Amino acid sequence: MASTESSRAAIETQKLNLWYGTFQALFDVDLEIKPGIITSMIGPSGCGKSTFLRSVNRINERLGYVRTTGSIRVHGRDVYAPEVEIIQVRKQVGMVFQRPNPLPLSVRDNILFGARLHGEPAPKLSSSQADEIVETALQKVLLWDKVKDRLNQPAIGLSLEEQQKLCIARLLPVKPQVLLMDEPCSALDPAGTEAVEEMIWELRGDYTILIVTHNMAQARRASEECIFMLLGKVIEHSPTDELFVTPGDTRTADYIEGRYG
Amino acid sequence: MAHNAGALDRRDTAWYVDKAVEWLVFIGGISAIIFIVGIFVFIGKEGFGFILGRFDFAEFFFSPRWTPTSLTNATYGALALIVGTASVTGFAMLVSVPFSLGAAIYIAEFATGKRRETLKVLIEMLAAIPSVVWGFIGLSLMNPLIISVFNVPLGLNVLNAGIILGLMAAPIMTTIAEDALKAVPDGYREAAEALGATRWQVIRQVVLPAAKNGLVAAVLLGVGRGFGETMAVLMATGHSINIPSSIFDPVRALTATIATELGETAEGSEHYQALFALGILLFAVTFVINLTADLFVRGIKDK
Ligand SMILES: Nc1ncnc2c1ncn2[C@@H]1O[C@H](COP(=O)(O)OP(=O)(O)O)[C@@H](O)[C@H]1O
Ligand SMILES: [Mg+2]
Repeated sequence: MASTESSRAAIETQKLNLWYGTFQALFDVDLEIKPGIITSMIGPSGCGKSTFLRSVNRINERLGYVRTTGSIRVHGRDVYAPEVEIIQVRKQVGMVFQRPNPLPLSVRDNILFGARLHGEPAPKLSSSQADEIVETALQKVLLWDKVKDRLNQPAIGLSLEEQQKLCIARLLPVKPQVLLMDEPCSALDPAGTEAVEEMIWELRGDYTILIVTHNMAQARRASEECIFMLLGKVIEHSPTDELFVTPGDTRTADYIEGRYG
Repeated sequence: MAHNAGALDRRDTAWYVDKAVEWLVFIGGISAIIFIVGIFVFIGKEGFGFILGRFDFAEFFFSPRWTPTSLTNATYGALALIVGTASVTGFAMLVSVPFSLGAAIYIAEFATGKRRETLKVLIEMLAAIPSVVWGFIGLSLMNPLIISVFNVPLGLNVLNAGIILGLMAAPIMTTIAEDALKAVPDGYREAAEALGATRWQVIRQVVLPAAKNGLVAAVLLGVGRGFGETMAVLMATGHSINIPSSIFDPVRALTATIATELGETAEGSEHYQALFALGILLFAVTFVINLTADLFVRGIKDK
């Protein structure tokens, strides 16, 4: 199905342009994001980072006035191809939002939500299967010990840090290959940020992670490759160490040194 | 010269306007309370005379014999009237709940732009149709229709009044249900869609449970609307005292009984007071329904 050449990249875009109505937010974005590593995406507010992420899982289309040209391939498959089922795309590509957004359900039901949607072949899970899914997912995000006595309580009652971990955990039973994270720590305090970062680092290897951050230190600490965007364009994409130490573009250097907003 | 002092206690027009508005609003608010209490006292004064005197609990609630004008043996059994009102309202809800929830879900979750605005306007127009017009529709349109479709001798019955009342209650239910759906944060929908839920799965598993309280309130207010409705029910039920055994039987409603009989009774007579006792019953039921609906609506805000 996928050629060997394209299966190298987890996400590959070609000439991706995106308009909100008449406003163009992305310009000819060509990116190749490697599988199994953490890639960070930085750039000033409004440069199109969220827009890029939201077009990979096609959640942008909820708006109804978004137009996209070019292609986005996830593991070699064009997600905008006419025969593609949007549900399958979202199954493969999980997303974590800027504000933790647990569903108004219990902790347990949040974890099981995706699993129940996509359960195969029969969507009914036995309760022991369900227990196992919940525990595995929560273990993976280092949350199990903290919430194991509160599984049936509303997820809204957790702290923001716990909520965000839960929002990551609930993606895992769906077995996505790619995780998109849009400033996942921006609503958290420094301790929460550190804890979530550490946890994301743990997921490395099992998933391809693309994480947007406006926290430069975070990008440096927690990613292997880094993409710098400006005004809807990709300016630079290189190994994180290189990008921060010897940026290839003066605009990257300016941004890193804090000369943009 | 008291220049500074003068500046500090100066009262310009805005101050007086502010005070005047404050008073007007206060009087408005207080008068609502005074009216409610006044109505209660009035109905109570007339009705309690009956309740404390002639009233026979078993007869009132368990006898279907409402024969207040009998000279030899006047009885005041409200059972048939209660059952009449309840059956019509119940049937109306069968019509109205699916229709209204469906419409609310469509408007809140699927329709966009022009279509949505048009639908909302149409539903508001439905709410503006006077109840006597609905009664007229029941009498002259539904009546012959029911007779010919179901091959029954009479088209003024539970079915007719239930459909009419269902359509009458639909706008308020739709509007409140739509508000309840709109109040569900969009982030929930986005989160569920990002997990790969289809739109129907999002609605079924996330939006409806989250809007549950508001939806219950919508249904309750629709029920309250049904209980209190008079004119259309009077015209479409057949207005005959009867415990219905099928939806094709005519019935008589509490409200319609009060409306038709009150003018023909002597003020202060036993019959007159008995009608007020019916009024107290209606008042109590609608009060409880509205209060419950209100508690449910509050439930949404607490979350
Ligand atoms: N829903 C939208 N409708 C119209 N314009 C939008 C919408 N979302 C984002 N934009 C615009 O697109 C540009 C990129 O936004 P965004 O992707 O959110 O940037 P970032 O995440 O890098 O801060 C901004 O100029 C923003 O105003
Ligand atoms: Mg953003």
